[in-house]
Order: sequence, then structure tokens, then C-alpha cells
Amino acid sequence: MIVDSQERYLQELLDKQARGELKAKDRYAIPPQDMPVQDGVERRSNMSEVALGYTALQARLEAMRCLGCANAPCVEGCPVRIRIKDFVAEIAAGRFDHALAIIKENSLLPAVCGRVCPQEVQCQERCTVGKKFKDPNMSVSIGRLERFVADLASAGGQTPQVAPSTGKKVAVIGSGPGGIVVAADTRRAGHEVTMFEAFHKPGGVKVYGIPEFRLPKKIVQEEIDVLEKMGVKIVCNYIVGRTRTIEQLMQEDGFDAVYVGVGAGLPKFMNIEGEYLVGVYSANEYLTRTNLMKAYAFGQGADTPIAAGKKVAVLGGGNVAMDAARMAVRLGAEKVYLVYRRSEVEMPARIEEVHHAKEEGVIFCTLQNPQRILGSEDGHVVGMECLRYELGEPDESGRRRPVAIKGSAFVLDVDTVIVAIGNGPNPLIEQTTPGLEFNKWGNIVVDEGCRTSMKGVYAGGDIVLGAATIILAMGQGRIAAKAINADLAAKKLS
Amino acid sequence: MLYRIVAHKQLSDNVFQIDVDAPLVARARKAGQFVIVSSDAASGERIPLTVAGADPEAGTIRLIFQRVGKTTAAMADIPVGGALGYVAGPLGRPTHIEKFGTVVCVGGGIGNAPLLAIATAMKEAGNRVITILGARTQELVILEDEFAGLSDDIIVVTDDGSHGRKALVTEPLKEICSRDPRPNLAVVIGPTIMMKFCCEVTKQFEVPTQVSLNTIMVDGTGMCGGCRVEVGGKTKFVCVDGPEFDGHQVNFDQMMRRMTAYKELEKREMEQYQKHRCKIGLK
Ligand SMILES: Cc1cc2nc3c(=O)[nH]c(=O)nc-3n(C[C@H](O)[C@H](O)[C@H](O)COP(=O)(O)OP(=O)(O)OC[C@H]3O[C@@H](n4cnc5c(N)ncnc54)[C@H](O)[C@@H]3O)c2cc1C
Ligand SMILES: Cc1cc2nc3c(=O)[nH]c(=O)nc-3n(C[C@H](O)[C@H](O)[C@H](O)COP(=O)(O)OP(=O)(O)OC[C@H]3O[C@@H](n4cnc5c(N)ncnc54)[C@H](O)[C@@H]3O)c2cc1C
Ligand code: SF4
Ligand code: SF4
Ligand code: FES
Repeated sequence: MIVDSQERYLQELLDKQARGELKAKDRYAIPPQDMPVQDGVERRSNMSEVALGYTALQARLEAMRCLGCANAPCVEGCPVRIRIKDFVAEIAAGRFDHALAIIKENSLLPAVCGRVCPQEVQCQERCTVGKKFKDPNMSVSIGRLERFVADLASAGGQTPQVAPSTGKKVAVIGSGPGGIVVAADTRRAGHEVTMFEAFHKPGGVKVYGIPEFRLPKKIVQEEIDVLEKMGVKIVCNYIVGRTRTIEQLMQEDGFDAVYVGVGAGLPKFMNIEGEYLVGVYSANEYLTRTNLMKAYAFGQGADTPIAAGKKVAVLGGGNVAMDAARMAVRLGAEKVYLVYRRSEVEMPARIEEVHHAKEEGVIFCTLQNPQRILGSEDGHVVGMECLRYELGEPDESGRRRPVAIKGSAFVLDVDTVIVAIGNGPNPLIEQTTPGLEFNKWGNIVVDEGCRTSMKGVYAGGDIVLGAATIILAMGQGRIAAKAINADLAAKKLS
Repeated sequence: MLYRIVAHKQLSDNVFQIDVDAPLVARARKAGQFVIVSSDAASGERIPLTVAGADPEAGTIRLIFQRVGKTTAAMADIPVGGALGYVAGPLGRPTHIEKFGTVVCVGGGIGNAPLLAIATAMKEAGNRVITILGARTQELVILEDEFAGLSDDIIVVTDDGSHGRKALVTEPLKEICSRDPRPNLAVVIGPTIMMKFCCEVTKQFEVPTQVSLNTIMVDGTGMCGGCRVEVGGKTKFVCVDGPEFDGHQVNFDQMMRRMTAYKELEKREMEQYQKHRCKIGLK
């Protein structure tokens, strides 16, 4: 049996290592372990997670590929500086709980990061093994290993210790990854923590944006459950700025510190003709209807409808665009086009998502961009007029600028258009919080401790960084929590 | 938090008024704002409803809604003592209230509910309030007594003449706008088609006009863009930039098309407003 031979292989490697004879070339020779996935055809019609996760054997073999580099360049690539070399070594040795403990020193949510971090531009980009093969796909699969140990533990999972009460109150606005980290870290320090969320379900983008087939909602729910067990109070349906303002929270409701982690939730549109037609969605609306409101079960227990298009165009090349395209596949679209104005190498989406989208039959239309959306008499989308592009000189971002080819207009036959070209910051907090400093793009200005211009108010995540990543939001949450804990301790003394 | 229904009243065949426990909203809300509610927290649709009134002491808000689809039907069936899935808000920008002089308030159908809070606030600010209420037929005229109590003058019209004058709201509106001095402001809330035609009238007479738009919404916080409309050539989100806008700037035709996004709903919406459309269109 294959498994038997794999087991023998691992044993040989371990024995060799014990004898001090395992060489770099032996490690390079270990084939990268593929992640088992749901069949490409089958998964087109279900919402279940696509990537199934490593077995223990696969995880240990993959971990054996790590060279344990003295300078560990991978760590520099991780925004929260996980001790990658050390946790990978623990996995290789089969001490999975030790591995998890090491990861948790720096990351509260390894089950999430392991799944959705853009590893190929972070930790895995720097990995020596990938460099050796001149192919980042050959790097040690750090994210998958992280996911493996996190999933093993999540079944049990212990609740972190909470320090004795300090009598101080912390408000966390928004239940995204940044907010979750702040809530956990400040609660651990013994403060009384309340988390406010505008939606009826906590979790942020991870519940309303990122689909089940990529990040199971159960994982997010477990994080929230841990917070509740720690004694964090979670208040949903509470829109800070409207239900209560930040000033009221601090002046009237007795909060000593406020963390603003409201994300970047204002969808951008193209501002082209036809964007008001029926059948044009922002990716946020499309994904919220399907994820949070479960529109795919409309009429079978869920009340929120979605017009399930037969021929769908998705505009954009990031993770959001991939999620929308793959969701359209699952809602039964016959053709899903991903229209992106640059070429595939410039796509900001994770490589794995691009790969999965292709496997599921999404048609990639790169170097194309819509000029206008065409509508029927009664205002429904009947097509999209596009232009073809070629790559010209590099622009400010260093990427080659796409230039329209004259006379290349053509019509794509679609009935639904999903716009996934990015999100700007939501202006609600800016409109309702005089005295809080924002930059000209509407992002909150913070110092290196994530402190804002208002005393006692901290901010992090997408509202500060612009649409960024989960791990960066968590990193900022960590920094903000540290500042809050320090500032509140100082306040107590003074 | 339990959003308990503490009072329930049927105002007409399909219109219901409920008072719901929502202390924070009751304290924070201002005229013109709305809430997002759901009949069922687990699987219900999120729908926007105007806060028609509130009792901050008791911690309750008043919602007046028309039974048009699944969520509103389910809400109508919840008895006193039962609870809504959730209530989130208040949302949207409050109405700009000041002493304008004479304000003519035009309500159509269920639009009377959001209009009541605004008319009340306008009166309290010292305005002379003239109210025009319109409906298809007598039993659909809601809140007439409340409006009569606060208005300096009130005109009721029905399509079939079963109550008040047999006319469309645009008729008395035109008369009032032709008076000297002209009203200083018009506030029009009702079916989109009615708001469109009222705006055409007030535009002729150069009477500034506020409308409150009832687009389809999901989150109500500016996150999805589903509620977008074109106002003065720019994209606006009704939930955060509105719900009130300068009626002379709103692209109503486009908005009406967008409101037909969900086919089932399209049919119902059309049946309901068809009659108005034909009649007003003939004028
Ligand atoms: C479809 C999609 C796919 C993505 N894929 C990836 C990926 O694969 N990898 C990755 O790293 N990143 C991905 N991202 C980006 C990532 O999700 C964000 O960078 C991250 O979630 C930002 O975290 P945050 O802490 O700023 O809060 P968010 O997750 O943005 O959550 C903010 C929360 O605040 C709430 N809120 C907003 N305003 C208020 C208010 N006034 N009062 C109370 N609550 C409020 C919101 O409802 C929301 O729940 C994706 C984003 C999207 C939309
Ligand atoms: C700011 C605002 C304030 C409103 N205030 C009131 C009010 O005070 N009283 C009242 O009766 N109605 C009000 N509405 C309209 C109300 O939201 C809809 O009637 C309600 O969503 C219908 O839900 P349903 O599930 O019962 O019907 P559905 O079966 O979902 O739809 C039936 C009809 O309602 C319309 N509709 C569907 N979904 C929405 C939605 N999310 N938003 C708006 N319209 C929708 C459709 O066009 C259709 O004609 C308001 C709408 C907005 C945007
Ligand atoms: S958190 Fe993200 S970047 Fe850091 S090691 Fe894990 S997968 Fe890599
Ligand atoms: S760079 Fe790669 S091989 Fe080196 S320690 Fe990090 S994961 Fe291991
Ligand atoms: S309802 Fe989603 S942006 Fe207005």
C-alpha cells in the first residue's frame, strides 16, 4: 500500500536524522505533499470546503522538507513573525501540540491563516526550499502545516486564562479578525470587554464575505465561542456611530478604551454606463446574500433571494473576485467569466484560489476590461461590451500598465455582472466621530501603537490599512491590544 | 437582547402597527431614520422599516408596515409577547428639520408611516404643515387622525372617491403650489411612481422637495451597494447617504427598474402601482 511505503519513507528519514546523517539533498528529494481536495466536478454543486487538509503522515513528510535554516528567512515574510522553523520541526517530530503552542504565541487564529493567508507572497515567498527550485510553489507548505495542527486541536481547544478583573472597560467595534484579537488580548489582561457588531452574526468578512467552501463558518464560530467563554460580551445589531457614538461609549457608558476595527466595507464601482441595471451586483452584495443570508437555500429555509445568473461576468482579479466567481459556479451558472484588465501574473489573488477557480471551470478573460454594460428594455443586463488590452510601460505600482487596443471592442454575452474591484473605507465612523483623524482616502491615521488622534481610541485592520489581509488585521489587533493594556495599566497607576 | 412586541394593531387590511422593545434605538432615533429588522434571526431576510415613532422612556419603537411579502407577513403574525429576530439601527441620516415656513407633506399608501414622524418634527419646529394623504381606496388611508391632529390643513384623496376627494395627490399638490406665497418645502413619501410625478409638479413651481427612497437593502450600513441610486448624476447609497434626497435630482426611472430585481416581487410591485401609473400618466 502507498501509505505503508510512505510511512516507511518517513521512518527512514527520521532514522537518518537521528543518526545525524540527513542531508539537505535528502530533504530536497522529498516530494512536496499535495493537499487532498474535493473533486473538481463534484464541488461545483456543493458549498463544502474544497481543500481537505493533510493527513498526519503527509504533514510530517512535508515538515521534513524544511531545512531549518539558521536565519529562517520565512519568519521575516510572516507579518506576525510566527517561529516557523520551530513549529515545523515539532510537526516533523510528531509533537503536534507543541507545534500549535508555538504558533499560538503569535497567531490566535491559525486555522484561519493556514487557509487564507496569501502565503506565496509572505512566508513561503522567502523559503529557501522554494528559492532552491526557483519556484515558490516548491516552498515548504507552511500554511497547510499551520492548518493541519490547528484543525487537530480545534476539536478540543482550551479557553485561555483571564487575569483578575481590573475594573477597566474596553469596547471593540467590529468583530473581524482584528477585533477578535483585541478582544481576546485585552480580556486576558483582566479588562471587561464588549464587542459591538453591526450585523446579526459576528465574524466580519470571514462570515459575510469569504465563502464556506474556502473557510468553513464553523471555524469562525469556534473563535467566537472561545471569546464568549473568556467572558467577552458580544453585542450584535449595534451600529457604532448610529446606535451609540464613540463619544457616548466613552463619556456616558464608561468605556476606558475603544478599538475601531470596522473594516473596509464600501464597494467601489467602475462608474461605467449600465451599472444600475438589474443583474449588476457588488461582490459584497453577491457574497453577503449567499454567505451570510444563505440565498442559495432561498425558499428552503432562507428568505433572502438572489438572481442566479446563467452567464456571469466577474470583474477583478483578487480574492474577492475569485470567491464571487466560484460562488456563481455553485449557484448553477453555466458560464462564469473572470474579466481582468492585466495578465494572470499580476492577479493579486492567492495562487491556490486561481488554480481552484480554473479547475471549477471559471473562464479567465485577462487583458480585457468592460466599457459599458448593455441592458434590455426593462433594465436587465443582456451583455457587456469589453475592450482588449496589452501591457505597456510599468506604472506607479511597478506593474505594467494595461493599454486598450483600438478597435478591439466586443460583446460578452452575460446576464449578470459582479463588480469586485475593491472596497474603500466605510464613512460612518468618520461622519459621526468629530476629532478622529482620517487621511484623504478615509482611512484612520494611527501611530506605531495603533493609537488614533483621539485619546483612548485605537484602530486597526482594513479601516487603517485599506483593504488588506486577515493576518495584517490580526497583527494590528495584537499591537493595539498591547497599547491598550499598557495605557490602561499606566492610567491605573497615575 | 429580546426584541419583544409589546403592542400590536391592525390599521387596515394589510397594514399593521407594532411597538417593539428596542431601548437603544428608541433613545437614539431621529425623524427620518429607519431600522433593519428580521422576523427570524436564523434565516430571515433583513428588511428596512422606518421608525414611525418612539417612546424613549418605555424603550419601545413604533413600526408601521404593509404586508407585502414573506417577512412582513411573518411579522404581522407575531402576537404581543412574541419577539422579532432582531432590530438594528437607527440607520440613515435624520431629516433636516428647521423652521422653513410652510411645509406641504404628501403621503401615499404606507408612505404615511415614515411621513408622520417627519410631519410631527416639522410642526414642532414651528412650521405650518399642510398634509395631503392619498390612497387607492378608503380603507387604505392610514394614520389620518394623527395627521389631522398635527396639520394646519389636511386634504385626503382616493383613486375611487370612496373617501375625501376623488383625485390623485398630484392634483391638490398642484393647487397648493400655485398659491401665493408658495410653500417653502415639500416632503413626499410614497410609491416611487407617486414621488416621481409629485416631483414633476413641484419642480414646475420651484418648490424644493424632499423624498424618502425605499430601495432594496441588505445590510443598511453602506457595505453592499445594493441600495444605490443615481442622484444628480452621482452614485448614492440610500442607506448611508439617504434615505432622503432632493427629489428633483433623483433618477426615478432607473430606481423603479432596479426595484424590480427579484422577479416574484416585480409582479406584485407592478400590480400595486400599475393603476396609479396609468392614471397619472394620462394627465
Ligand atoms: C470576499 C473576500 C475575500 C477575502 N479573501 C481573503 C483571503 O483569502 N486572505 C486574506 O488574508 N484576506 C482576505 N480578504 C480580506 C480580509 O477579509 C480583510 O482584510 C480582513 O477581514 C480585515 O479585518 P478587519 O479586522 O479590518 O475587520 P473585517 O473583517 O473587515 O470586519 C469588520 C466588521 O466590523 C463591522 N462593522 C462595520 N462598521 C461597524 C459599525 N459602525 N459598528 C459596528 N460594527 C461595524 C462589520 O459588519 C464587520 O463585521 C478577503 C476579503 C473579502 C471581502
Ligand atoms: C429606508 C426604507 C424605509 C422603509 N420603511 C417602510 C415602512 O415604514 N413601512 C413599510 O411597510 N415598508 C417600508 N419600506 C419597504 C419595506 O422594506 C419592504 O416592503 C419590505 O422589505 C418587504 O419585505 P417582505 O419580505 O415582506 O416582502 P418581499 O417579498 O421581500 O417583497 C415584496 C415587495 O417589497 C419590495 N422589497 C423587497 N425587499 C425589499 C427591501 N429589502 N427593501 C425595500 N423594499 C423591498 C419589493 O420591491 C416588493 O415589491 C421601507 C424601505 C426602505 C428602503
Ligand atoms: S500566519 Fe500567514 S504568513 Fe504567517 S506563517 Fe502563517 S501562513 Fe505564513
Ligand atoms: S525558509 Fe523554508 S526551509 Fe528555511 S526554515 Fe523557513 S520554512 Fe524551513
Ligand atoms: S443596503 Fe447595503 S449599501 Fe445600502
